[in-house]
Amino acid sequence: MELRSEQNSNSAIRVEHLRYSYPAAEGQTEHVVFDNLDLTIEQGSFVAVLGHNGCGKSTLAKHFNAILLPQGGSVHVWGMDTKNEALLLEIRRCVGMVFQNPDNQIVSNVVEEDVAFAPENLGVAPDEIRRRVDEALRQVGMYDYRAYAPHLLSGGQKQRVAIAGVIAMRPKCIVLDEPTAMLDPQGRREVIDTIERLSREQGITIVLITHHMKEAARAQRVIAMREGKILADGTPDEVFSQVELLRSAGLAVPETTELLYTLNEAGCDFPLGAYSAEACAGLLLDYIRDLRR
Amino acid sequence: MNPILELQNLSHLYSAGTPFEHVALQDVNLKIERGEFLGLIGHTGSGKSTLIQHLNGLLQPTSGRVLFDGEDIWKDKKFTRQVRFRVGLVFQYPEAQLFEETAYRDIAFGPKNMGLGEDEIHERVLRAAGFVGISQAELERSPFDLSGGQKRRVAIAGVIAMQPDVLILDEPTAGLDPAGRESILQNIRDYQAAQNATVIMVSHSMEEVAANVSRLIVMNGGHVAMTGTPQEVFRHAQELERIGLDVPELTRVFLELRRRGLDVPTAVFTPQQAAQVILQLRQGGARHA
Repeated sequence: MELRSEQNSNSAIRVEHLRYSYPAAEGQTEHVVFDNLDLTIEQGSFVAVLGHNGCGKSTLAKHFNAILLPQGGSVHVWGMDTKNEALLLEIRRCVGMVFQNPDNQIVSNVVEEDVAFAPENLGVAPDEIRRRVDEALRQVGMYDYRAYAPHLLSGGQKQRVAIAGVIAMRPKCIVLDEPTAMLDPQGRREVIDTIERLSREQGITIVLITHHMKEAARAQRVIAMREGKILADGTPDEVFSQVELLRSAGLAVPETTELLYTLNEAGCDFPLGAYSAEACAGLLLDYIRDLRR
Repeated sequence: MNPILELQNLSHLYSAGTPFEHVALQDVNLKIERGEFLGLIGHTGSGKSTLIQHLNGLLQPTSGRVLFDGEDIWKDKKFTRQVRFRVGLVFQYPEAQLFEETAYRDIAFGPKNMGLGEDEIHERVLRAAGFVGISQAELERSPFDLSGGQKRRVAIAGVIAMQPDVLILDEPTAGLDPAGRESILQNIRDYQAAQNATVIMVSHSMEEVAANVSRLIVMNGGHVAMTGTPQEVFRHAQELERIGLDVPELTRVFLELRRRGLDVPTAVFTPQQAAQVILQLRQGGARHA
């Protein structure tokens, strides 16, 4: 298509020189969120975005499917400029969003009707809708609940229905803005396991905004933000080894990393990249056995 | 002395007598003592919110009783109203309920409703703002111009300004970044220490409750499934997982160490505690189990 640029064909989302401010309230100066931000999300990658409240994470996410448009610079989604209104539908089909509160995202009285909502709006044929809805519900592990009323579901189940609603559009990318903030521990596990599986098995590009460091550690790439700028960007190991830097930005590291870091300050020499209880216990066990030799 | 709050055979049915009848609480018995810092955990729909709404008379029991300092909170209208001031409830995402023109006026709303004099109201607003770290300048601003964390602090201050004997908070740190979470928890601890208040905190973070509360109440299916200190409750990892909960991440590490033959305690919740245990092992205090 002539509207798409051919450069960086591996990039799913390309943010260049992004500038964005929220308008000034009366008697105050405007709030600059981004001033010349550059960022590229690769196709098929699973990226976690961390940052203190108000650092611009959600504002950034809303640029990824043209809910917000750049005031300066550009955002390209699979080569499509989000400022090009003619491409809006195609961009929204490409990048689906899941928000924090599942109750604000569910529109129907029956789970499968809710999942069918988006493809119906896109004018997909009925047979194809049936296929997509069943497939989407299976992918999030909610097929057995297809005839349920959403209000009878737990938070984690509702959030997975919301994800199924996005999957039914067959997006190339799903952006999730703190999808687990309101969930109990089991709900969090269900949602994160689902996201990871979609990334691994379907190759869907995932952008996960979260305040939970342990969830971020399951991504392939972690981006930490501060005041609209990128503070750290790399693999979980590369980012979470910068404990002091993250703390200075009001962030933290996974509990296991925090423990290993504390031990290193007391003279040990652990690698910091153990994010599961099992991996961390393994390191500690080896250490203690070595001491006794 | 009577417990500050006591639940006797408390049951609550939603939509009683309709096809949508649903038992939210069933025969709950609970004593809450003065000065306790209680953590209330349970999966979504386990009855936590229904329970806390009974503690200040927002919901009336279908059967059973709620006692405040030994007296039924529903004994007469005047007492019910009094209890609503003495048991302060901060809802989930309380910033959604801010409505006044300035943060100051929002915080003053509760004390005003109590019928206090102007000077007393003024003093209480400043004191409450102090607890949550809201500056004089911020008090004069519209609450809607404050950051998310600041808005939540203003909302909490609005309840604190009533100087309740019991402060109940429903997921006070949800949606905040790590520094914001820690600072709200510090505000709560400060209030408790200064007023010798009873605090009840609902949370989905096992790490957070383990590091802060003196006793845990675990809800499941409208019952109290377990109660005890974090040490006692987090011993039951499998049981907690079965009812949709978890143990703190570092407790899991130490349970794993134990499973693999190392004689370590498992009542370990914070990185500092955990590091201490490991460093003691380094000094040679360990034996294989």
